[in-house]
Amino acid sequence: MNPALQIHGLKKAFGGLPATNNVSLDVPAGERRLIIGPNGAGKTTLFNLITGALRADAGAIRLFGEEITRLAPHQRAHRGLARTYQIITLFPRDTLEHNVVLSLLGLAKSRWNAFRALRTDTVLHEEARRILGLVGLGERAARPIGEVSYGEKRRVEIAMALAQRPKVLLLDEPLAGLSREERAGIKTLIHGIARDVTVIMIEHDMDTALDLADRVTVLHYGKVIVEGTRTEVVADPRTREVYLGNA
Amino acid sequence: MKWLAWGALALLVAVFPLFGGDFYVNLASQIFIAALFAASLNLLVGYGGLVSLGHAAWIGLAAYTSAWLYLRLGLPHLANAPIALILTTLVAALFGWIALHASGLGFLMITLALAQVLWGTAYRWASVTNGDNGLSGLTRPAPFGMSLDKPAAFYYFTLAIAIVALWLMARFVASPFGAALRGTRDEPRRMAALGHNVWLVRWITFVYSGFWGAVAGLLYVYYHKYVHPTTLSLQSSAEALLGVIAGGAGTLAGPVVGAAIVLILKNYVSAYFERWNMLLGLVFVLIVIFMPDGVVPGLRRAWVRLRAK
Repeated sequence: MNPALQIHGLKKAFGGLPATNNVSLDVPAGERRLIIGPNGAGKTTLFNLITGALRADAGAIRLFGEEITRLAPHQRAHRGLARTYQIITLFPRDTLEHNVVLSLLGLAKSRWNAFRALRTDTVLHEEARRILGLVGLGERAARPIGEVSYGEKRRVEIAMALAQRPKVLLLDEPLAGLSREERAGIKTLIHGIARDVTVIMIEHDMDTALDLADRVTVLHYGKVIVEGTRTEVVADPRTREVYLGNA
Repeated sequence: MKWLAWGALALLVAVFPLFGGDFYVNLASQIFIAALFAASLNLLVGYGGLVSLGHAAWIGLAAYTSAWLYLRLGLPHLANAPIALILTTLVAALFGWIALHASGLGFLMITLALAQVLWGTAYRWASVTNGDNGLSGLTRPAPFGMSLDKPAAFYYFTLAIAIVALWLMARFVASPFGAALRGTRDEPRRMAALGHNVWLVRWITFVYSGFWGAVAGLLYVYYHKYVHPTTLSLQSSAEALLGVIAGGAGTLAGPVVGAAIVLILKNYVSAYFERWNMLLGLVFVLIVIFMPDGVVPGLRRAWVRLRAK
Protein backbone atom coordinates (compact mmCIF):
# COMPACT_ATOMS: atom_id res chain seq x y z
CA MET A 1 0.00 0.00 0.00
CA ASN A 2 1.15 3.50 -0.77
CA PRO A 3 2.20 5.66 2.15
CA ALA A 4 -0.34 8.36 3.09
CA LEU A 5 2.28 11.01 2.56
CA GLN A 6 5.52 10.63 0.71
CA ILE A 7 7.97 13.50 0.41
CA HIS A 8 11.07 13.24 -1.67
CA GLY A 9 13.96 15.71 -1.90
CA LEU A 10 11.81 18.71 -1.01
CA LYS A 11 13.55 22.07 -1.19
CA LYS A 12 12.47 25.63 -0.51
CA ALA A 13 14.69 28.67 -0.02
CA PHE A 14 13.80 32.24 0.89
CA GLY A 15 16.28 34.64 -0.69
CA GLY A 16 19.06 32.06 -0.76
CA LEU A 17 18.37 30.91 2.78
CA PRO A 18 17.21 27.29 2.70
CA ALA A 19 14.12 26.74 4.90
CA THR A 20 13.50 23.23 3.68
CA ASN A 21 16.68 21.53 2.61
CA ASN A 22 16.27 18.22 0.83
CA VAL A 23 13.63 16.78 3.11
CA SER A 24 12.43 13.25 2.46
CA LEU A 25 9.71 11.70 4.56
CA ASP A 26 7.42 8.67 4.40
CA VAL A 27 4.36 8.55 6.60
CA PRO A 28 2.31 5.33 6.38
CA ALA A 29 -1.47 5.52 6.51
CA GLY A 30 -2.89 5.81 10.00
CA GLU A 31 0.37 6.79 11.64
CA ARG A 32 0.75 9.54 14.25
CA ARG A 33 3.90 11.39 13.30
CA LEU A 34 5.39 14.10 15.44
CA ILE A 35 7.71 16.62 13.83
CA ILE A 36 9.82 18.53 16.30
CA GLY A 37 12.60 21.04 16.01
CA PRO A 38 13.72 24.34 17.47
CA ASN A 39 12.58 27.75 16.15
CA GLY A 40 13.45 28.22 12.52
CA ALA A 41 13.83 24.51 11.84
CA GLY A 42 11.41 24.85 8.91
CA LYS A 43 8.48 22.99 10.44
CA THR A 44 5.73 25.37 9.34
CA THR A 45 7.41 25.87 5.95
CA LEU A 46 7.21 22.11 5.49
CA PHE A 47 3.46 22.23 6.23
CA ASN A 48 3.02 25.13 3.82
CA LEU A 49 4.76 23.12 1.12
CA ILE A 50 2.64 20.04 1.80
CA THR A 51 -0.63 22.03 1.65
CA GLY A 52 0.47 24.10 -1.33
CA ALA A 53 0.41 27.48 0.42
CA LEU A 54 4.04 27.63 -0.77
CA ARG A 55 5.44 26.20 -3.99
CA ALA A 56 8.46 23.93 -3.63
CA ASP A 57 11.68 24.83 -5.48
CA ALA A 58 12.40 21.16 -6.04
CA GLY A 59 11.25 17.75 -4.94
CA ALA A 60 8.01 15.80 -4.98
CA ILE A 61 5.05 15.34 -2.66
CA ARG A 62 2.75 12.36 -3.03
CA LEU A 63 -0.55 11.78 -1.29
CA PHE A 64 -1.49 8.09 -1.34
CA GLY A 65 0.76 7.67 -4.34
CA GLU A 66 -0.66 10.60 -6.30
CA GLU A 67 1.74 13.38 -7.12
CA ILE A 68 0.32 16.65 -5.72
CA THR A 69 3.44 18.83 -5.94
CA ARG A 70 1.95 21.13 -8.54
CA LEU A 71 -1.66 21.18 -7.37
CA ALA A 72 -3.27 24.32 -5.94
CA PRO A 73 -4.08 24.28 -2.19
CA HIS A 74 -7.83 23.83 -2.75
CA GLN A 75 -7.20 20.84 -5.01
CA ARG A 76 -5.09 19.22 -2.31
CA ALA A 77 -7.89 19.81 0.20
CA HIS A 78 -10.25 17.95 -2.13
CA ARG A 79 -7.85 15.00 -2.08
CA GLY A 80 -8.13 14.63 1.68
CA LEU A 81 -5.56 17.01 3.11
CA ALA A 82 -6.48 19.29 6.00
CA ARG A 83 -4.48 21.50 8.32
CA THR A 84 -4.68 23.73 11.35
CA TYR A 85 -2.64 26.87 11.91
CA GLN A 86 -0.11 27.72 14.56
CA ILE A 87 -1.26 31.34 14.43
CA ILE A 88 -5.04 31.12 14.80
CA THR A 89 -6.61 31.70 11.39
CA LEU A 90 -10.36 31.88 11.90
CA PHE A 91 -13.13 34.19 10.72
CA PRO A 92 -13.33 36.45 13.76
CA ARG A 93 -16.59 38.26 12.98
CA ASP A 94 -18.52 35.05 12.40
CA THR A 95 -19.91 32.52 14.84
CA LEU A 96 -18.19 29.26 15.67
CA GLU A 97 -20.93 27.51 13.73
CA HIS A 98 -20.40 29.64 10.64
CA ASN A 99 -16.66 28.94 10.77
CA VAL A 100 -17.29 25.21 10.67
CA VAL A 101 -19.97 25.69 7.99
CA LEU A 102 -17.38 27.41 5.78
CA SER A 103 -15.17 24.40 6.27
CA LEU A 104 -17.97 21.97 5.37
CA LEU A 105 -18.83 24.10 2.33
CA GLY A 106 -15.28 23.83 1.04
CA LEU A 107 -15.92 20.28 -0.11
CA ALA A 108 -19.68 20.56 -0.74
CA LYS A 109 -21.14 21.05 -4.21
CA SER A 110 -23.55 23.61 -2.81
CA ARG A 111 -20.69 26.08 -2.36
CA TRP A 112 -21.40 27.24 -5.93
CA ASN A 113 -25.07 27.91 -5.23
CA ALA A 114 -25.56 31.68 -5.47
CA PHE A 115 -29.33 31.79 -4.97
CA ARG A 116 -30.41 29.61 -2.06
CA ALA A 117 -30.12 31.17 1.41
CA LEU A 118 -27.28 29.49 3.30
CA ARG A 119 -29.17 29.63 6.61
CA THR A 120 -31.91 27.39 5.19
CA ASP A 121 -29.39 24.57 4.74
CA THR A 122 -30.24 22.87 8.03
CA VAL A 123 -28.27 19.71 7.22
CA LEU A 124 -25.05 21.68 6.94
CA HIS A 125 -25.69 23.64 10.13
CA GLU A 126 -26.64 20.54 12.12
CA GLU A 127 -23.46 18.85 10.96
CA ALA A 128 -21.44 21.93 12.02
CA ARG A 129 -23.00 21.85 15.49
CA ARG A 130 -22.37 18.11 15.74
CA ILE A 131 -18.67 18.63 14.97
CA LEU A 132 -18.46 21.48 17.47
CA GLY A 133 -20.00 19.07 19.96
CA LEU A 134 -17.18 16.61 19.27
CA VAL A 135 -14.60 19.18 20.36
CA GLY A 136 -16.70 20.18 23.37
CA LEU A 137 -17.99 23.47 21.99
CA GLY A 138 -21.60 22.50 21.24
CA GLU A 139 -22.91 25.07 23.70
CA ARG A 140 -20.89 27.87 22.16
CA ALA A 141 -21.87 27.36 18.52
CA ALA A 142 -23.75 30.66 18.26
CA ARG A 143 -20.96 32.78 19.78
CA PRO A 144 -18.76 34.92 17.53
CA ILE A 145 -15.12 33.81 17.44
CA GLY A 146 -14.09 37.14 18.93
CA GLU A 147 -15.95 36.31 22.16
CA VAL A 148 -14.43 32.93 23.00
CA SER A 149 -11.16 32.15 24.76
CA TYR A 150 -7.86 31.33 23.13
CA GLY A 151 -8.12 27.69 24.18
CA GLU A 152 -11.55 27.46 22.60
CA LYS A 153 -10.23 28.96 19.38
CA ARG A 154 -7.63 26.19 19.29
CA ARG A 155 -10.50 23.73 19.47
CA VAL A 156 -12.33 25.49 16.64
CA GLU A 157 -9.16 25.15 14.55
CA ILE A 158 -9.30 21.40 15.07
CA ALA A 159 -13.07 21.27 14.51
CA MET A 160 -12.68 23.00 11.14
CA ALA A 161 -10.02 20.52 10.07
CA LEU A 162 -12.10 17.54 11.26
CA ALA A 163 -15.11 18.90 9.33
CA GLN A 164 -13.12 18.32 6.15
CA ARG A 165 -13.11 14.56 6.91
CA PRO A 166 -9.40 14.48 6.11
CA LYS A 167 -7.37 11.44 5.24
CA VAL A 168 -4.21 13.26 6.25
CA LEU A 169 -4.45 15.85 9.01
CA LEU A 170 -1.65 18.34 9.65
CA LEU A 171 -1.69 19.96 13.09
CA ASP A 172 0.60 22.96 13.47
CA GLU A 173 1.45 23.35 17.16
CA PRO A 174 -2.05 22.57 18.40
CA LEU A 175 -0.91 22.88 22.02
CA ALA A 176 0.90 26.21 21.71
CA GLY A 177 0.02 28.81 24.31
CA LEU A 178 -2.34 26.59 26.29
CA SER A 179 -2.53 25.92 30.03
CA ARG A 180 -1.80 22.44 31.33
CA GLU A 181 -5.50 21.60 31.68
CA GLU A 182 -6.25 22.86 28.19
CA ARG A 183 -3.38 20.84 26.80
CA ALA A 184 -4.69 17.69 28.38
CA GLY A 185 -8.08 18.39 26.82
CA ILE A 186 -6.68 18.89 23.32
CA LYS A 187 -4.48 15.81 23.67
CA THR A 188 -7.52 13.72 24.54
CA LEU A 189 -9.19 15.17 21.49
CA ILE A 190 -6.27 14.32 19.20
CA HIS A 191 -6.02 10.89 20.77
CA GLY A 192 -9.67 10.30 19.90
CA ILE A 193 -9.24 10.95 16.17
CA ALA A 194 -10.14 7.86 14.17
CA ARG A 195 -7.16 5.64 13.40
CA ASP A 196 -7.80 5.70 9.64
CA VAL A 197 -6.81 9.38 9.66
CA THR A 198 -3.09 9.95 9.33
CA VAL A 199 -2.04 12.69 11.74
CA ILE A 200 1.14 14.72 11.38
CA MET A 201 1.76 17.11 14.20
CA ILE A 202 4.32 19.85 14.67
CA GLU A 203 5.52 20.75 18.13
CA HIS A 204 8.23 23.05 19.29
CA ASP A 205 9.08 21.23 22.50
CA MET A 206 10.02 17.60 22.56
CA ASP A 207 8.08 16.50 25.61
CA THR A 208 4.64 18.06 25.19
CA ALA A 209 3.25 15.68 22.61
CA LEU A 210 5.66 12.77 22.65
CA ASP A 211 3.09 10.38 24.11
CA LEU A 212 0.80 10.92 21.10
CA ALA A 213 3.39 9.93 18.52
CA ASP A 214 4.10 6.62 16.88
CA ARG A 215 7.22 7.99 15.25
CA VAL A 216 9.14 11.23 15.57
CA THR A 217 11.07 13.29 13.05
CA VAL A 218 13.54 15.92 14.22
CA LEU A 219 14.06 18.87 11.90
CA HIS A 220 16.97 21.25 12.22
CA TYR A 221 17.85 24.05 9.79
CA GLY A 222 15.47 22.56 7.25
CA LYS A 223 17.01 19.10 7.38
CA VAL A 224 15.85 15.83 8.84
CA ILE A 225 18.38 15.07 11.59
CA VAL A 226 16.85 12.07 13.29
CA GLU A 227 13.88 9.88 12.63
CA GLY A 228 12.59 6.91 14.53
CA THR A 229 10.38 5.66 17.34
CA ARG A 230 9.95 7.74 20.50
CA THR A 231 12.64 5.91 22.44
CA GLU A 232 15.09 5.92 19.54
CA VAL A 233 14.72 9.65 19.01
CA VAL A 234 14.93 10.55 22.69
CA ALA A 235 18.02 8.41 23.11
CA ASP A 236 19.77 9.73 20.00
CA PRO A 237 22.65 12.07 20.84
CA ARG A 238 21.87 14.24 17.79
CA THR A 239 18.47 15.08 19.31
CA ARG A 240 20.17 16.27 22.45
CA GLU A 241 22.60 18.26 20.40
CA VAL A 242 19.77 20.07 18.61
CA TYR A 243 17.92 20.87 21.80
CA LEU A 244 20.77 21.43 24.21
CA GLY A 245 23.49 22.70 21.90
CA ASN A 246 26.98 21.32 21.55
CA ALA A 247 27.98 21.91 25.14
CA MET B 1 -42.10 49.67 14.56
CA LYS B 2 -39.41 48.54 12.17
CA TRP B 3 -41.93 47.06 9.74
CA LEU B 4 -44.02 50.20 9.98
CA ALA B 5 -41.03 52.29 8.89
CA TRP B 6 -40.28 49.97 5.98
CA GLY B 7 -43.94 49.94 4.97
CA ALA B 8 -44.07 53.74 5.01
CA LEU B 9 -40.91 53.92 2.89
CA ALA B 10 -42.29 51.41 0.38
CA LEU B 11 -45.56 53.34 0.14
CA LEU B 12 -43.69 56.61 -0.35
CA VAL B 13 -41.58 55.11 -3.14
CA ALA B 14 -44.69 53.60 -4.76
CA VAL B 15 -46.73 56.81 -4.89
CA PHE B 16 -43.92 59.37 -5.17
CA PRO B 17 -44.50 60.20 -8.90
CA LEU B 18 -48.11 61.18 -8.11
CA PHE B 19 -47.00 64.29 -6.23
CA GLY B 20 -43.22 64.52 -6.61
CA GLY B 21 -43.01 66.73 -9.68
CA ASP B 22 -40.88 66.00 -12.77
CA PHE B 23 -37.59 67.28 -11.40
CA TYR B 24 -37.65 65.10 -8.30
CA VAL B 25 -39.13 62.10 -10.08
CA ASN B 26 -36.26 62.26 -12.57
CA LEU B 27 -33.79 62.69 -9.71
CA ALA B 28 -35.27 59.61 -8.06
CA SER B 29 -34.89 57.59 -11.28
CA GLN B 30 -31.25 58.61 -11.44
CA ILE B 31 -30.81 57.59 -7.80
CA PHE B 32 -32.20 54.13 -8.60
CA ILE B 33 -29.70 53.77 -11.44
CA ALA B 34 -26.79 55.01 -9.32
CA ALA B 35 -27.91 52.76 -6.45
CA LEU B 36 -28.00 49.71 -8.70
CA PHE B 37 -24.58 50.63 -10.05
CA ALA B 38 -23.10 51.14 -6.57
CA ALA B 39 -24.69 47.92 -5.32
CA SER B 40 -23.04 45.98 -8.13
CA LEU B 41 -19.67 47.49 -7.22
CA ASN B 42 -20.34 46.65 -3.57
CA LEU B 43 -20.34 42.93 -4.39
CA LEU B 44 -16.66 43.30 -5.23
CA VAL B 45 -15.62 45.96 -2.74
CA GLY B 46 -17.77 45.16 0.27
CA TYR B 47 -18.19 41.40 0.10
CA GLY B 48 -15.11 40.42 -1.89
CA GLY B 49 -12.66 42.93 -0.40
CA LEU B 50 -11.54 43.80 -3.93
CA VAL B 51 -11.46 47.56 -4.36
CA SER B 52 -11.99 48.45 -8.02
CA LEU B 53 -11.54 51.89 -9.52
CA GLY B 54 -12.67 50.75 -12.94
CA HIS B 55 -16.35 50.01 -12.48
CA ALA B 56 -17.34 52.80 -14.88
CA ALA B 57 -16.18 50.44 -17.65
CA TRP B 58 -19.42 48.46 -17.33
CA ILE B 59 -21.89 51.33 -17.23
CA GLY B 60 -20.06 53.01 -20.11
CA LEU B 61 -19.46 49.97 -22.28
CA ALA B 62 -23.09 48.83 -22.08
CA ALA B 63 -24.32 52.37 -22.77
CA TYR B 64 -22.02 52.84 -25.76
CA THR B 65 -22.77 49.40 -27.21
CA SER B 66 -26.51 49.91 -26.98
CA ALA B 67 -26.26 53.42 -28.45
CA TRP B 68 -23.98 52.36 -31.28
CA LEU B 69 -26.09 49.35 -32.26
CA TYR B 70 -29.18 51.54 -32.28
CA LEU B 71 -27.67 54.39 -34.26
CA ARG B 72 -25.39 52.58 -36.72
CA LEU B 73 -27.12 49.26 -37.25
CA GLY B 74 -30.64 50.41 -36.48
CA LEU B 75 -31.15 47.47 -34.10
CA PRO B 76 -34.27 47.84 -31.94
CA HIS B 77 -33.89 47.96 -28.16
CA LEU B 78 -35.15 44.41 -27.72
CA ALA B 79 -32.24 43.14 -29.81
CA ASN B 80 -29.49 45.53 -28.76
CA ALA B 81 -30.02 45.31 -24.99
CA PRO B 82 -29.06 41.61 -24.73
CA ILE B 83 -26.11 42.15 -27.08
CA ALA B 84 -24.89 45.05 -24.94
CA LEU B 85 -25.26 42.99 -21.76
CA ILE B 86 -23.50 39.95 -23.19
CA LEU B 87 -20.65 41.94 -24.74
CA THR B 88 -20.08 43.92 -21.54
CA THR B 89 -20.14 40.76 -19.43
CA LEU B 90 -17.63 39.10 -21.75
CA VAL B 91 -15.30 42.08 -21.46
CA ALA B 92 -15.76 41.91 -17.67
CA ALA B 93 -14.70 38.25 -17.86
CA LEU B 94 -11.54 39.27 -19.70
CA PHE B 95 -10.74 42.29 -17.50
CA GLY B 96 -11.40 40.23 -14.38
CA TRP B 97 -9.06 37.53 -15.59
CA ILE B 98 -6.34 40.15 -16.07
CA ALA B 99 -6.95 42.18 -12.90
CA LEU B 100 -7.24 39.15 -10.60
CA HIS B 101 -3.64 38.27 -11.25
CA ALA B 102 -3.09 40.88 -8.56
CA SER B 103 -4.83 41.76 -5.32
CA GLY B 104 -5.03 44.84 -3.11
CA LEU B 105 -3.43 47.95 -4.58
CA GLY B 106 -2.30 46.09 -7.70
CA PHE B 107 -5.88 45.01 -8.42
CA LEU B 108 -7.08 48.59 -7.95
CA MET B 109 -4.47 49.97 -10.34
CA ILE B 110 -5.16 47.37 -13.03
CA THR B 111 -8.93 47.94 -12.93
CA LEU B 112 -8.25 51.68 -13.17
CA ALA B 113 -5.86 51.24 -16.09
CA LEU B 114 -8.24 48.97 -18.04
CA ALA B 115 -11.17 51.34 -17.57
CA GLN B 116 -8.96 54.23 -18.66
CA VAL B 117 -8.20 52.33 -21.86
CA LEU B 118 -11.93 52.25 -22.62
CA TRP B 119 -12.28 55.90 -21.67
CA GLY B 120 -9.41 56.86 -23.99
CA THR B 121 -10.90 54.76 -26.76
CA ALA B 122 -14.26 56.49 -26.38
CA TYR B 123 -12.52 59.85 -26.73
CA ARG B 124 -10.20 58.99 -29.62
CA TRP B 125 -12.04 56.48 -31.75
CA ALA B 126 -14.32 59.20 -33.06
CA SER B 127 -15.52 57.27 -36.12
CA VAL B 128 -17.32 54.88 -33.80
CA THR B 129 -17.95 56.87 -30.64
CA ASN B 130 -18.23 60.36 -32.09
CA GLY B 131 -15.48 61.37 -29.65
CA ASP B 132 -16.07 64.32 -27.36
CA ASN B 133 -19.48 65.01 -28.91
CA GLY B 134 -20.84 61.73 -27.65
CA LEU B 135 -23.63 59.71 -29.21
CA SER B 136 -27.01 61.44 -29.29
CA GLY B 137 -30.33 60.95 -31.03
CA LEU B 138 -31.24 57.95 -28.92
CA THR B 139 -34.64 56.82 -27.69
CA ARG B 140 -36.02 54.98 -24.70
CA PRO B 141 -37.39 51.49 -25.24
CA ALA B 142 -41.14 50.92 -25.11
CA PRO B 143 -41.64 47.56 -23.37
CA PHE B 144 -44.99 46.00 -24.34
CA GLY B 145 -45.84 49.17 -26.21
CA MET B 146 -45.65 51.37 -23.11
CA SER B 147 -43.80 54.60 -23.69
CA LEU B 148 -41.17 55.44 -21.09
CA ASP B 149 -40.77 59.04 -22.15
CA LYS B 150 -42.77 60.47 -19.25
CA PRO B 151 -40.75 60.77 -16.02
CA ALA B 152 -43.28 58.73 -14.02
CA ALA B 153 -43.28 55.82 -16.50
CA PHE B 154 -39.49 55.73 -16.54
CA TYR B 155 -39.44 55.97 -12.74
CA TYR B 156 -41.51 52.79 -12.38
CA PHE B 157 -39.54 51.00 -15.08
CA THR B 158 -36.23 51.78 -13.36
CA LEU B 159 -37.66 51.02 -9.93
CA ALA B 160 -38.85 47.58 -11.05
CA ILE B 161 -35.47 46.67 -12.52
CA ALA B 162 -33.60 48.03 -9.52
CA ILE B 163 -35.78 46.02 -7.13
CA VAL B 164 -35.25 42.78 -9.06
CA ALA B 165 -31.50 43.45 -9.28
CA LEU B 166 -31.12 44.29 -5.59
CA TRP B 167 -33.19 41.26 -4.63
CA LEU B 168 -30.97 38.95 -6.70
CA MET B 169 -27.85 40.55 -5.25
CA ALA B 170 -29.26 40.10 -1.74
CA ARG B 171 -29.84 36.41 -2.52
CA PHE B 172 -26.30 36.18 -3.89
CA VAL B 173 -24.82 37.63 -0.72
CA ALA B 174 -26.87 35.36 1.58
CA SER B 175 -26.12 32.22 -0.43
CA PRO B 176 -23.38 29.64 0.20
CA PHE B 177 -21.44 31.30 -2.60
CA GLY B 178 -21.79 34.66 -0.86
CA ALA B 179 -20.53 33.15 2.39
CA ALA B 180 -17.54 31.73 0.54
CA LEU B 181 -16.93 35.14 -1.04
CA ARG B 182 -16.83 36.84 2.37
CA GLY B 183 -14.53 34.08 3.54
CA THR B 184 -12.09 34.81 0.71
CA ARG B 185 -12.19 38.48 1.75
CA ASP B 186 -11.33 37.73 5.41
CA GLU B 187 -8.95 34.75 5.21
CA PRO B 188 -8.13 33.78 1.62
CA ARG B 189 -5.39 31.32 2.56
CA ARG B 190 -7.57 29.49 5.01
CA MET B 191 -10.37 29.33 2.44
CA ALA B 192 -8.00 27.72 -0.05
CA ALA B 193 -6.91 25.19 2.57
CA LEU B 194 -10.59 24.40 3.19
CA GLY B 195 -11.06 23.48 -0.47
CA HIS B 196 -12.48 26.76 -1.81
CA ASN B 197 -11.17 27.91 -5.18
CA VAL B 198 -10.44 31.48 -4.12
CA TRP B 199 -9.49 32.73 -7.58
CA LEU B 200 -12.60 31.34 -9.24
CA VAL B 201 -14.90 32.70 -6.52
CA ARG B 202 -13.42 36.16 -7.07
CA TRP B 203 -13.56 35.94 -10.83
CA ILE B 204 -17.21 34.85 -10.89
CA THR B 205 -18.03 37.74 -8.56
CA PHE B 206 -16.16 40.16 -10.80
CA VAL B 207 -18.13 39.00 -13.85
CA TYR B 208 -21.44 39.05 -11.99
CA SER B 209 -20.72 42.51 -10.68
CA GLY B 210 -19.86 43.61 -14.23
CA PHE B 211 -23.16 42.21 -15.49
CA TRP B 212 -25.20 44.35 -13.06
CA GLY B 213 -23.00 47.30 -13.89
CA ALA B 214 -24.02 46.74 -17.53
CA VAL B 215 -27.70 46.69 -16.56
CA ALA B 216 -27.15 50.05 -14.86
CA GLY B 217 -25.46 51.20 -18.08
CA LEU B 218 -28.54 50.42 -20.14
CA LEU B 219 -30.80 52.28 -17.73
CA TYR B 220 -28.33 55.15 -17.78
CA VAL B 221 -28.38 55.50 -21.55
CA TYR B 222 -32.18 55.13 -21.63
CA TYR B 223 -32.51 57.91 -19.10
CA HIS B 224 -30.14 60.40 -20.73
CA LYS B 225 -30.74 59.32 -24.34
CA TYR B 226 -27.13 60.32 -24.75
CA VAL B 227 -23.71 58.94 -23.90
CA HIS B 228 -20.43 60.80 -23.51
CA PRO B 229 -16.88 59.58 -22.69
CA THR B 230 -17.23 60.99 -19.13
CA THR B 231 -19.49 57.99 -18.44
CA LEU B 232 -16.30 55.89 -18.66
CA SER B 233 -14.13 58.30 -16.70
CA LEU B 234 -12.31 57.82 -13.45
CA GLN B 235 -14.74 60.36 -11.94
CA SER B 236 -17.61 58.01 -12.73
CA SER B 237 -15.86 55.03 -11.10
CA ALA B 238 -14.80 57.11 -8.12
CA GLU B 239 -18.32 58.44 -7.49
CA ALA B 240 -19.68 54.90 -7.34
CA LEU B 241 -16.88 53.83 -5.00
CA LEU B 242 -17.53 56.92 -2.88
CA GLY B 243 -21.19 55.93 -2.66
CA VAL B 244 -20.29 52.40 -1.55
CA ILE B 245 -17.83 53.54 1.10
CA ALA B 246 -19.92 56.47 2.37
CA GLY B 247 -23.05 54.34 2.60
CA GLY B 248 -21.36 51.31 4.10
CA ALA B 249 -19.39 48.71 2.14
CA GLY B 250 -20.51 45.13 2.71
CA THR B 251 -24.06 46.08 3.67
CA LEU B 252 -27.06 45.78 1.37
CA ALA B 253 -28.57 49.22 2.07
CA GLY B 254 -25.23 51.04 2.25
CA PRO B 255 -24.56 51.57 -1.48
CA VAL B 256 -28.19 52.62 -2.04
CA VAL B 257 -27.96 55.30 0.64
CA GLY B 258 -24.45 56.30 -0.42
CA ALA B 259 -25.38 56.61 -4.08
CA ALA B 260 -28.39 58.73 -3.10
CA ILE B 261 -26.18 61.06 -1.05
CA VAL B 262 -23.70 61.49 -3.91
CA LEU B 263 -26.42 62.05 -6.51
CA ILE B 264 -28.48 64.48 -4.44
CA LEU B 265 -25.41 66.56 -3.69
CA LYS B 266 -24.42 66.45 -7.33
CA ASN B 267 -27.82 67.33 -8.82
CA TYR B 268 -29.54 69.36 -6.19
CA VAL B 269 -26.77 71.28 -4.47
CA SER B 270 -24.95 72.07 -7.70
CA ALA B 271 -27.91 74.22 -8.68
CA TYR B 272 -27.17 76.57 -5.78
CA PHE B 273 -23.53 76.02 -5.13
CA GLU B 274 -21.02 75.94 -7.91
CA ARG B 275 -18.28 74.05 -6.11
CA TRP B 276 -20.40 71.04 -5.31
CA ASN B 277 -17.38 68.75 -5.61
CA MET B 278 -15.86 70.53 -2.63
CA LEU B 279 -19.04 70.00 -0.65
CA LEU B 280 -19.09 66.34 -1.63
CA GLY B 281 -15.52 66.04 -0.38
CA LEU B 282 -16.45 67.75 2.87
CA VAL B 283 -19.46 65.49 3.42
CA PHE B 284 -17.30 62.49 2.71
CA VAL B 285 -14.66 63.60 5.22
CA LEU B 286 -17.36 64.11 7.87
CA ILE B 287 -18.77 60.64 7.21
CA VAL B 288 -15.33 59.06 7.46
CA ILE B 289 -14.64 60.87 10.74
CA PHE B 290 -17.95 60.18 12.47
CA MET B 291 -19.04 56.92 10.83
CA PRO B 292 -15.87 55.30 9.52
CA ASP B 293 -17.64 52.20 8.24
CA GLY B 294 -20.37 54.18 6.47
CA VAL B 295 -23.70 55.86 7.10
CA VAL B 296 -25.84 52.70 7.29
CA PRO B 297 -23.73 50.82 9.88
CA GLY B 298 -23.16 54.13 11.71
CA LEU B 299 -26.86 54.92 11.99
CA ARG B 300 -27.65 51.35 12.95
CA ARG B 301 -25.20 51.57 15.84
CA ALA B 302 -26.58 54.94 16.92
CA TRP B 303 -30.09 53.47 16.85
CA VAL B 304 -29.06 50.51 19.03
CA ARG B 305 -27.38 52.88 21.49
CA LEU B 306 -30.45 55.08 21.59
CA ARG B 307 -32.75 52.18 22.37
CA ALA B 308 -30.46 50.84 25.05
CA LYS B 309 -30.84 54.09 26.99
